[in-house]
Formats: sequence, structure tokens, C-alpha cells
Amino acid sequence: MSDLAPALGQLAVLVVALAVSVPFLGRYLAHVYTSPKHLRVERAAYRVLRVDPDADQHWRSYAMSVLGFSMVGVLVLYAFGRLQQHLPLSLGFGPLTPDGSWNTAVSFVTNTNWQWYSGEAALGHLMQMSGLTVQNFVSAAVGMAVAAAFARGLARSGGHARVGSFFTDLVRGVVRVLLPISVLGAAVLILLGVVQNLASNADLTTLDGATQVLTGGPVASQEAIKQLGTNGGGFYNVNAAHPFENPTALSNLVSIYLMLLIPFATAWSFGLIVKDRRQGLAVLSVMATLLTIGVGLLTWAEMAAPGTAPQLAGAAMEGKEARFGEAGSALFAAVTTGTSTGAVNSMHDSLTAPGGGVALFGMMLGEISPGGVGSGLYGMLMLAILTVFLCGLMVGRTPEYLGKKISQREIVLVAAYVLTTPILLLAGIAVAVTASDGVAGLQESGPHGFTEALYAVASAANNNGSSFGGLTSGTPFWNTLLGLLMLFGRFLPMLIVLALAGRFSAQQRLPQSAGTLPTHRPLFVVLLTGVALVVVGLNYVPVLTLGPIVESLS
Amino acid sequence: MNALTLRQALPGALRKLDPRELVRTPVMLVVWLGALLTTILSVTDPSVLGWSVTVWLWLTVIFGNLAESVAEGRGKAQAASLRALQQETTAFRQRTDGSVEEVPSTSLRKDDLVVVVAGQRIPGDGDVVEGVASVDESAVTGESAPVIRESGGDRSAVTGGTTVLSDRIVVRITSEPGQSFVDRMIALVEGSERQRTPNEVALNVLLSALTVCFLAVVGSLWFVADFSGAQQSVLVLTALLVCLIPTTIGALLSAIGIAGMDRLVRRNVLAMSGRAVEAAGDVDVLLLDKTGTITYGNRRASELLPLDGVTQRELADAALLASLADETPEGRSIVDLVGERPDVPAGAVFVEFSASTRMSGLDVDGRSIRKGAASAVTAWVGRTDPGLDVLVQQVSETGGTPLVVAEQDRLLGVVHLKDVVKEGMRERFDELRAMGIRTVMITGDNAVTAKAIAAEAGVDDVLAEATPEDKLALIRKEQTGGRMVAMCGDGTNDAPALAQADVGVAMNTGTTAAKEAGNMVDLDSDPTKLIDVVEIGKQLLITRGALTTFSVANDVAKYFAVLPAMFVVAFPGIDVLNVMRLSSPESAIVSAVVFNALIIVALIPLALRGVHYKPASATALLRRNLLVYGVGGLVAPFVGIKLLDLVVSLIPGL
Repeated sequence: MSDLAPALGQLAVLVVALAVSVPFLGRYLAHVYTSPKHLRVERAAYRVLRVDPDADQHWRSYAMSVLGFSMVGVLVLYAFGRLQQHLPLSLGFGPLTPDGSWNTAVSFVTNTNWQWYSGEAALGHLMQMSGLTVQNFVSAAVGMAVAAAFARGLARSGGHARVGSFFTDLVRGVVRVLLPISVLGAAVLILLGVVQNLASNADLTTLDGATQVLTGGPVASQEAIKQLGTNGGGFYNVNAAHPFENPTALSNLVSIYLMLLIPFATAWSFGLIVKDRRQGLAVLSVMATLLTIGVGLLTWAEMAAPGTAPQLAGAAMEGKEARFGEAGSALFAAVTTGTSTGAVNSMHDSLTAPGGGVALFGMMLGEISPGGVGSGLYGMLMLAILTVFLCGLMVGRTPEYLGKKISQREIVLVAAYVLTTPILLLAGIAVAVTASDGVAGLQESGPHGFTEALYAVASAANNNGSSFGGLTSGTPFWNTLLGLLMLFGRFLPMLIVLALAGRFSAQQRLPQSAGTLPTHRPLFVVLLTGVALVVVGLNYVPVLTLGPIVESLS
Repeated sequence: MNALTLRQALPGALRKLDPRELVRTPVMLVVWLGALLTTILSVTDPSVLGWSVTVWLWLTVIFGNLAESVAEGRGKAQAASLRALQQETTAFRQRTDGSVEEVPSTSLRKDDLVVVVAGQRIPGDGDVVEGVASVDESAVTGESAPVIRESGGDRSAVTGGTTVLSDRIVVRITSEPGQSFVDRMIALVEGSERQRTPNEVALNVLLSALTVCFLAVVGSLWFVADFSGAQQSVLVLTALLVCLIPTTIGALLSAIGIAGMDRLVRRNVLAMSGRAVEAAGDVDVLLLDKTGTITYGNRRASELLPLDGVTQRELADAALLASLADETPEGRSIVDLVGERPDVPAGAVFVEFSASTRMSGLDVDGRSIRKGAASAVTAWVGRTDPGLDVLVQQVSETGGTPLVVAEQDRLLGVVHLKDVVKEGMRERFDELRAMGIRTVMITGDNAVTAKAIAAEAGVDDVLAEATPEDKLALIRKEQTGGRMVAMCGDGTNDAPALAQADVGVAMNTGTTAAKEAGNMVDLDSDPTKLIDVVEIGKQLLITRGALTTFSVANDVAKYFAVLPAMFVVAFPGIDVLNVMRLSSPESAIVSAVVFNALIIVALIPLALRGVHYKPASATALLRRNLLVYGVGGLVAPFVGIKLLDLVVSLIPGL
């Protein structure tokens, strides 16, 4: 019981902090994405970008902007990686390999932040700051922009398939949301002891005479946005387990808070944008329910510590930091996989078998609990539409969501969305365990080795970026495969979401009546939670069986 | 459904094994391909498991076809009796010079004029352009009482195949051969030309997507199992695939659609497209004509209001006398109200109502008694009375019609005629409101009268002094707001509104124009049936949703049956997940496949009958159906597969 008290205590603090700030930030977000006014600094940005901030783009044009902007990001990062030795502040590191550079470029642009390299041993400050940190901001802002476009599409009636201006959404997301909050976050983290400098590596002699290299750098600034933008790319290889990135239990809790803040607030703002606060609350409730299930199961798994080794050791502390403990590690693991962040403060490879399975399932759900910034909302809304279609007929009307009919064209898009990630993931794992180059990267054999591969593929296809560990992924095979999964796993769904936003925008918004399926009631929350677990779960039960389930039961 | 209907449907089900027939339902096509694959595997490497799976996969396809055949079979008998109407007859075609020639009925073209006399069968659909006749339409409508058909007006349409009982009419043919009303009916009840409805197509898309998803699941499992050292045979993977894809709803989907149309046909409503049936479920606004739908249509006397100085008795006697010979419903209702029925006095002269006098009455023994519109009677008497004006005003304000009674030069009082609302209408409108449907009463009455009746009947809104243009404008207005509108009508001037409405039910007694404009025809010409049509539409959609939910929920149990069976050899620990304690891996797989096939047959009656539907709010409907079909869908297969396993495990070799 004594172990349980701090576990529940930190949870309570987290819930209270979120409950206080989410409605506030949600209202602010709704304002940011609907206000007609521009700030002076934003006007300057539009002039530099040579865009009209008041252009109301057709969804196709919006989608082209998203793709174009992101592809430029990939190219720039790829060039940075390949030309690192010629760039300033390189700390003397050489160029990345072509496949490594490709993987890193895609990884950061897709908000995945899968890291095959050790940050402190491969990247200079310039690459870390201008390359990766910039993408930490803009890739998050792109996700939020697409979610905002989708919400606007649902809110409009007869909007001629127009969904807003991408560059306005992008600039506002960075300027008004991500920058101010991450500056605040970074300041708090510095106060809590996170490192922030531009120093070169310091060589120290330890007490027993050995030389240790201490790598400093702009850690706090990257840390804040990495959590806030659900990016997850650590400055150091061990990510948030490193004492310079995450020194105390309190900084741990702040990190978790930052990860959850925007995804939940986006759900709240959705309700305001579609002018029905209860709809946002319903979506938020489903996210919170799924997250609670994940946190509960993972904490139980780690604290009950099934398995031979933990039983012998008395606790499942292998791969965990003593300063976070089981509960602090479990909470972090559940949140990082539920939010598409992918930062880790413990080695997920060392989680207990059921615990690792829960983390894996959190990603497989499609990052909707509460998901990545923006992507969590649109992912959940796609499932809500699917739910309305599957079960909505049972009220005796053809399905509609928020007054928008779900007919053939819409359901084709929703079906494509729901198919994309599972097919990528399942094809990816089939290739990975069949190709000898894929199998070669696995540390273990048997179910645990399979879970290592499955975790990596799930992490990439769902743009999570957390690593199970144990997998040597920095090989051409893995870099290429995971890069492809990240790229398609990010942009195919986005394209589908925007296409649907366009269709909804063009549609008339039908009036609601007592005969319409209510999508704000507790019943719908239960239904949507059930559909998320069953429909998404059904895709992954077989592979989960051969990985964590078999491992748990043996 | 009984053994006989199943046996009759079997040949059709087997004919549909042709894969070209299955392309329309990709789910069943995958089962068909799977069955073909396991057949080949079982032939090359025979085993009890192989043949058991193969046989049941073929049965799954056949059961799916059976559902459709049974649904179609129900319309076959009806179609056969309709075909009898189409026997070629001799038609008497009128030439332009007026002479008549004998031609076979099949050679008639649109706009040909034919002469039909008593005892002859009308050779084709058309409008009466000359004459009046009583026509026996029982072959089409089932109603044995003959109906009157006359040229001009709203009673001019005749249907090919019906018989003229008296007189002679000239009919202008309005349909080309093969496109007559009866032809369309046959196509409809047989389901042969069934077009899939938008929602059905959309659902099919989703089911195909789920199928593709499970193909990826099973396909990847092939490689993954290999890697994990638990290699699976193609046979077992095929069995798993068929269990997972939504075969239940895939197999029953078209049967549900056909049965929905059939339910309408059984209530004597013909939907010209399945789209209209689906739209009926979505209706937000119901436009109902007051007369005949909401009220009985005839005004009934409800109260006698004597003037000062006139006794109730005097007024009652005078009103009774004036109405004794009056056979109009109003007249009879006055007699009913007074409650006596003396004989008409000898020598009485009945003065009939005419549009110019607007009065009726009786002259007897030098007494003249008149009843009629207030202005007409006061003019006849030659004076008015302030007390009378008050009474007239009073009756008008409550929506009634005042009938003034006078004897000679003496004004006696007012009979209050009331439009009587049909029993049970208020409850039906309350039901509709709970379903989220607004009712609008359409009437030619003035606003005051209309409002009073609307309040009594409990409708939500009223369109008074409505012209056909007003109706059309109202429909357009509701549709602009995104609402779906249903209405019924019979006259030619209803045609534009019927065409504009999302669901337009034309009365069979109506004109050809009305019937062509609407997307449904009610053979009983009962406007109240519009409400039934909405309920049938809803029931159709609910049945579809319920079985889809059931089908998807089933997969959970199937995983619990098949996955442990597949991997228990390589990973003995997984036996814990065999929660049903199935006897052997082989038996588990066969039981799951058998359950998957039998559940289709078990649900055919439900698909045909439609799920139980009681009007209620969306929330109440969802809660109930979710409990029955969602939770039921999770639990039922656990029980079913376990029971089947008890039987299947007795088969040697499994």
C-alpha cells in the first residue's frame, strides 16, 4: 500500500493540473484557430513566406501546402545530416550515412522523433537546434493545423470544400501556442535542474581516476518542446532517463503534464470550434478513459511485477531510474505511448511483459489516448465517425456526425484512414521478421525478440518514436523501413483527413433532432471507447499474441 | 420461414455460387475463394480437419446465398399472380378518325387511345379521357369494392390488368410496353432489378475495408508465425480469415434490403426505389393533409347553441326536421346529435343544398325551415341578430363551422359543426415527436380553424389556406434547412410537391401524374400510412446496423477460440486463453467455422422480419439495440462455439 500512495498522489496532482489548465488552453486554442486578426510578428512571417494569411484554401490546396512544407523540411534536414562536417557548431561530428540521414529527416518532420543514433555522440549543436528543434515546433504545428482544418470543416456549412489557410495555422501554432508555452516550460525545467548551455563537452576525472565526458547543451529548451509538441526526441540517447534531461520526480511530472496538455486542450477547443462544447468534452472523455485504462494496467503490471526476474529481485526495477520508481516510470511509459511522444524515462525493453504489451497497444490504438498534438484529435474523430457509421444505424437513420451525413464518399475516406496504419504496420512487421537484415537487428530471440521488432514498427507507423530498446536499428534496412513507415504513417492519414474536411465543409450542416444519434452523451463515450478497443484491437490481437501475450503467459 | 421456403430457395442459392454473382459482395467472394483454396488443399492433402473446414466454408457461401434467395422467394408468389394480369389481350385501338381496330395489347404505345367496355380488361396503364366506369382493381390492390374512374379530375388513372365492370371508357395509354405499373411491381417484388441503396453501398464499402484489413492481419500472421516458430497451415489461416471477416452482415445485407421492400409491399405500398425506403427512415418533417389523414374529413355536429328566447328543444326540433332528408354526413350527424329519428312528415319537400343558395332545408305544412351558412340564412330571413353574430363568431374561433338554423323569419340558433380528429392520432404524433419527426398539417381551411384542429390533434405546425404552390414552397424551405420531407398526395396539382419531397407517397386512386411524381404508391390510398412507411424505413436501417454490430462483436470470441488453437503447440502457456475450454485445437477451429456459418441461417428470420422496433428517441433505441446486438454479439459466440465444440469433438479425427 505504501507504494501505491505516491503513485496515486502524482496521478492526483496531474489530474488537477490538467483539469485546471485544459479548459483555459482549449478556449485559447479555439480562438487562435478562428480569429481573423493577425499579430505584427505574424504579418512579418507571412511577408517572408509570401503568403496571404486570409486565403481560405480548398482542401487540396491546403493538403499540397502541408506536403510541400513538410517535404522541404525533409530535404533541409537530410542536407544538414549529410553535410554536418561543413556546418558550424558541429562539435567535430562527421556526416550521417545516407540511410541514417533519411531516417532522421523523416523522423523529425513526421513528429515521430525515432532516434537510431545517440544524440550526444552523433549530432552537433546546430543539427540539434536548428534542424531538430525547429522541426519539433513546426511538425507539431502541422499536426495542430490539420486538426484545426478538420474541426473547421465540420463546423462549416456549404463551405465549398474550403478549410482555412495552412500557413496561418502553422505560424499561429508556433507563435501563439508552442513558443510561449515551451519558453515557460523550459524556464520551469531549468529551475528544476535541467541543463541549458552551449558549452563543449567537459572532460572530468572521476574519483577512481577514469575520465568521463559530460555533454552539456541546450537541453531544457529542447526538452520543453519535445514534450509539449509530443515529439519525444531526446538530447541524449537515454532520453528522459538522463539526469540532465529529467533530474527529479517533479521534473518527470512536469514532463508528463506537458505531453498531455495540448492533446487534451485540442479536444476541448474542438468542441468550441464546432460550437458545441459537449462534443469536445465527449471526445476528451474517451481519450481520458483510454489513457486511464493504459496507466492503470501499466502501473499494475510494473508494481505487481510478474515474471521470474522481477520476482527474484523483489521489484521490476531493471531499466528504471530509482528517482522515478515503478509508478513514475509506468505513468511516463503509458503517457508517452498514449500521446505519440515517444520520450522514455525507462527502458521499455525492460518493462514487464504485460507492461510492454500495454505500451505497445497504446501506440497501436493509433495514438488517440489522447494522441499527438492535433493527430490525436483527428484520429479520435475518425474513429467517432466510424462508430457513428457502424452503430448509428441502430437509431434508424442513415449515419451523421455533427449534422454531416456519412455516405459512400465519406465512408470510403474513413475506411481508408482506418486501414492505412494497420496495413503499414502489419506489412512492416511481416517484412521485418522475414528479411535476414531485419532479424539481424534483434537482440533477443523468441517472443521478446519479436516484440522488439513489433514495437519498432508500431512506433514508426504510428509516429510515436519511442524505442523498446534491444533493437539495433541504425542499419540501412531498419532505417529505410522505419523511414517509409513514418512517412506514410504520417502523411497518408493527413491527406485523408483533409479530404474529409473538404467534403464536410462543402456539406450542409443538418439540424439535430431527437431522432439523431447523440454524440455527446456518456453512452456514446462508452460506445466510442468500445469501438476503439475492439475495431482497432482486432487488427493487432494475433501479433500481440505472439509477442507480449505469449511472453506474459510463459 | 419454414422448411418449405428453404427448400424452394435452395436451387436459387446454388445458382448464386457462380462467382460472378458474388462480385457485388466482396466479403462473400473472399469466402468463396477461401473455400476453393481449402478444397484444393484438401484434395491434395486430405484430412478430417481439411474436409470439415472445406465443407463448412462452402456452406457459409450457400447460406449467404440462401438468405437472399429466401428474401426473393417471398416476392415470387406475388409476382406470379401479377404476371397473370399481363396475359396478352385484345385491345380496341381508336384510330384518329374515330374508328376502332383490334390489336394485341402488347403492341400498344404511349398516347394510343383504346376503348374499353364493361367486362373487358384494361390493356395498359392510362388516363380515362372519355366516360365514366366502375372498375374492379382487386387484382392489383386486393380491395374487392369496385372504384369509379372518370375522365378529367383526380380519378382518371387506370391500371393495366384491371377490369371494367360497367359502362364504356376511352383510355389514353401512358406507358410503353414492359414499363407499366404492373411490370414495375413485378420487378420490385421479385427484387430482380433491385438497385442497391446509398447506405447499403456505403456499408458494403466499409465491410470490404474490414475484409482487406483482416486479409492483412492473416497475411502478416503467416510470416510472423513462421518467425515465431509456430508455422501455420494455409488451411488454418483461411479458416481464421473467414471467421474474422464480417460474413454475417455480408451474407444478410441484400436480404435485409429485399425484405424491407417486401414489408412495404405487404402493407400495399410500392416503393419505386430502395432509396426512397431509406430516405423514409431519415425523414424529419411529415406533411399530412388534414382531411382524411388527421380528421375523418366530414364535419360532425357537436353542439346546439340556441339564441336568447329560443329553447334548446325548439332549435333541436327545427335542426332535426331540416336534416331528416339530408343524406350528407353533416346532415346525418345532426340527427345523431339530437338522438331521435322520426319519419319524414308526409308531403314534406326537401330543399337540397346548392352552391348558389348555400342552404338546405324542408318545406312542410307551410313551415319553411332552413339551415346553412350564416350569411346565406340571414339573407334568406332578411335580417340579422347581434346575439347570432356572437354565437357565429364563437364557433368560428374554436375552429368549427357554424350552421345557422331558421324557421320562416325567425332565427333560432347555431349548430356547431366540428372536424373530428381521428382517434389515436395525438398519440401517434407524440410518438413521432419522440422520434424527432415534426408533423405539419396541411389544410385549405382558414388560419383560425386550422390552428384549433392542429391544437386538438397535437401536430407541431400547420399550413393553412394552403395552395399547391404553398406546399411546394414549404417543402423547399424545409429542405434548404437540411431537413428531409415526406408527404402524400393524389391530385395532379400535388405532383410538383410529390416530386420535390424526399419521400412522396401517391395514392393509388390519384392521377397518373401524381403517381409518377411520387416515389411510392399506396394501393390502399390511405394517407395515414405515411407514418408506417417512416417506421419501416427506420426498421430497415436499424436491422442493418444491429447485424453489423453483431457481426463485428462476434470476432472477439472467435479470436479466443482460434488463436489459442493455433499457437498452443508452440506456446503451451497460451492455453490459459482457451477460456471456453474447447476440447482440441482442431475442434476449436471447426467449431468456430461452423458457428460462423450457422449464425447466418439463424439470423435469416431476423433479417427478413426486421428487428423489433418501437418508436422511441435515438438514445433509447441505441441503448436497447446496443445491449441486445452489441453485448449479445460479444457473448453469443462464446456460448455457441462451446456448444458446437461439444458436438464437433465427437467426430473422430478432430
